[in-house]
Amino acid sequence: MVRKPVTAAIIKVVLALAVSIAFLQTSFAQTPPDVLIVGQIAEPKSMDPHTATALNDFRILMNLYDGLVRYKDGTLQVEPALAKSWQISKDGKTYTFQLRKGVKFHDGSSLTAGAVKFNFDRILDENHPYHKTGPFPLAFFFSAVDKVIAKNRHTIEFKLKEPYAPFLSNLAYPTGLIVSPAAVKQHGKNFGRHPSGTGAFRFVEWKSNAKVVVERNPNYWSGPPTLKTIIYRSITDANTRVAEMLAGGIDMMVEVPPDNVSTFAKQNNYQIYEQIGPHLWFLILNLKEGPLANKQLRQAVNYAINKKALVDNVLQGTATVATGPIPPAFSWAYNNNLQPYAYNPEKARQLIKSAGYQGEKLTFYVTEGGSGMLNPVAMGAAIQADLTKVGLKVNIETYEWNTFLGKVNPGLAGKADMAEMAWMTNDPDTLPYLTLRTAAWPDKGGFNSGYYSNPKVDKLLEQARRITDQTERGKLYKEMQAIVLEDAPWAFIANWKQNAVANKRVKGFKLQPSFFLLLKNVTKK
Amino acid sequence: MLHYIIKRLLAITPILFGLTLIVFLVMALIPGDPATAILGAYATPENVARLNKQLGLDKTLVEQYIIWLSNLLQGDLGRSYSLNRPVVDEVIERFQATLVLAGTALILCSVMGLLAGIVSAVRQFSWVDKTITFLVLIGISMPSFWLGLLLIMLFAVKWQLLPASGMYAIYGGGDWLDLLKHLILPAITLALVATSVIARLTRSAMLEVLRQDYIRTARAKGLAERQVIYRHACKTALVSVIPVIGIQAGFVLGGAVYIETVFQWPGIGRMLVNAISMRDILLVQGGVLIVAVSYVIFNLLADIFQHYLDPRLTS
Repeated sequence: MVRKPVTAAIIKVVLALAVSIAFLQTSFAQTPPDVLIVGQIAEPKSMDPHTATALNDFRILMNLYDGLVRYKDGTLQVEPALAKSWQISKDGKTYTFQLRKGVKFHDGSSLTAGAVKFNFDRILDENHPYHKTGPFPLAFFFSAVDKVIAKNRHTIEFKLKEPYAPFLSNLAYPTGLIVSPAAVKQHGKNFGRHPSGTGAFRFVEWKSNAKVVVERNPNYWSGPPTLKTIIYRSITDANTRVAEMLAGGIDMMVEVPPDNVSTFAKQNNYQIYEQIGPHLWFLILNLKEGPLANKQLRQAVNYAINKKALVDNVLQGTATVATGPIPPAFSWAYNNNLQPYAYNPEKARQLIKSAGYQGEKLTFYVTEGGSGMLNPVAMGAAIQADLTKVGLKVNIETYEWNTFLGKVNPGLAGKADMAEMAWMTNDPDTLPYLTLRTAAWPDKGGFNSGYYSNPKVDKLLEQARRITDQTERGKLYKEMQAIVLEDAPWAFIANWKQNAVANKRVKGFKLQPSFFLLLKNVTKK
Repeated sequence: MLHYIIKRLLAITPILFGLTLIVFLVMALIPGDPATAILGAYATPENVARLNKQLGLDKTLVEQYIIWLSNLLQGDLGRSYSLNRPVVDEVIERFQATLVLAGTALILCSVMGLLAGIVSAVRQFSWVDKTITFLVLIGISMPSFWLGLLLIMLFAVKWQLLPASGMYAIYGGGDWLDLLKHLILPAITLALVATSVIARLTRSAMLEVLRQDYIRTARAKGLAERQVIYRHACKTALVSVIPVIGIQAGFVLGGAVYIETVFQWPGIGRMLVNAISMRDILLVQGGVLIVAVSYVIFNLLADIFQHYLDPRLTS
């Protein structure tokens, strides 16, 4: 008989599989104590803080490196880090920092004023021998710097071309983190894969698309961290990331998709963290031509959009309604007296009527995804529906993120009437200065893609960055915010609440308004 | 035989050349540029132009192609700007991971497909045949990424038997057991469609062969049924199934793009998805090239093996 052996073979294979699966069950262990496994949203691009631009990379970098200054826990206020103190000259053009003594990089070399000078010369001076280890896309954060002078071993001086108040904030940003010159010299262009800083954790290995491993720095200047090891795993697929979290393969994940927040909330072995940050999701409106050149119509757009419904339903509570161009995370610059445009379709209809709208089609650029864009397609569709309700004809054109930026950044003229956009910044100056000034129109090299222009706003923004006193600066931003809200060059939609979920074995974790992931004080049993 | 192999090798040379041209052009023609991808929100036209110049993308397409091809001939695929490392290193490392996955899947689908097809044919119209035919229909119709998610939900989340992702031991050292644990779900998912295709073809090939005169002769000679099936029928049926397996090898490699994304397997498929979204042209070109070349090679091997089994084809 021939039939039996074949059938028997299949049964054997099935049995063998069943046995091996049963056998595997026992070996599926929980993650070890003192080792934190973080689920990241993407593969990092570089561990060189001067070439990195993505928040995803910053989440690792902030634990490997220190800057001269840093944001105080839970705020966006600057406090000492590698510099123990600093003085700002009266004219606001000279910053002198006293460096902490005895700090060593992970490679054993010492932190000196010369090392700090090397860092800034490398990114700012095109003739510096290590400038070609770039490109340094965010070098313009320090374009106000004229000269960096090492006064003595522990004193470093920055001479600015003109007063520039966001300077300290920018130093606290990853672009201002201090790398080891010795390591840059040793690894050259490959430094981004062999990082060396002064941070609480030091680099161990980076396996492409699998993990980045860092370990406790026992000599950390403010005392070693509790965790022994952190493993950053890039799990690009959101569903897989959630599944891995539920399966116990990772201890913590960031950017939980809104749909899954409730899954974790329902189970009591997880803790959900939320933190509002300096993020703004808005629509750029085209002021140069077309119906939206009319202020009444722009205000109508703001009234017509049901932002509350957007943040509650489309974003499922992972964002709050935005008021103007400054996110509330910058508490000292945010104008508490202003109210967001209310949802008022009746008022929108009146404004549209009095603006003399003739039923022209509005072209609306929507992107499929992108940094900080949350759920852009669904949001675009909801906005279109709201605008249609008040009688505006809106035509959506959807583009992939890079193509989208390639269309929006050079300006909307001749192409579109509105476009989605989102920014995350580290200083209240950055967003309005780069996107709302007359001198920031695309043809002048800025990001004012909607061609907003108001001399009063221009003046306030220029003034604000020249004053080093924070309270005074805050007043100017608040004033600017009121004008911009009234002019409505944008439709202000949402401020994102960053979220993370961790299992209950993780203690001492906090999300920061900076959106960085600081893990020095985290413990895991 | 040697003559045949040489002839085939010569024939694939223009194919490979054409491949480089297509791979290069497709990447050059898709919208969005690497400078914008690198600069992100800070991409002004001015910054973009400067960075493109640094990356050598301001040259004409012909110049870029010549530079790329001549470097390629020297084994240099350039430097990935999203990963900041040589493309060759990245591609080879990732391709090995894919080969482990695709190779396992290929063995799985060949063994299971052939077995199922043979059993089905030998016991035509029995309940075993009907069950297999039904399963094959499901296998062909089910989208593999969906099956992948389903398996993750069941085996990783619900029963916590197998890891959902994280190929390579994440903490501690990795051994063969660890590799096996990570391999099971993606390999099964990846093998499913190919198994069904192979099973279906094996079944019809076997049925065809079993109707032949020489099988009747063999039976008439009084050979044991086992010998008739395995010695005579299977070998002949295999000849027509082998090229299908060769083609399935290509599909398995292609399917690895989804499966690697779902299971976060560190292979070439996932690398390509990331590289495309980053507009990392050199990396995409290198990745597509290695996949395409291996596809050509698989087919070549399948052809050669087929000729080895059936010498009539060579003459």
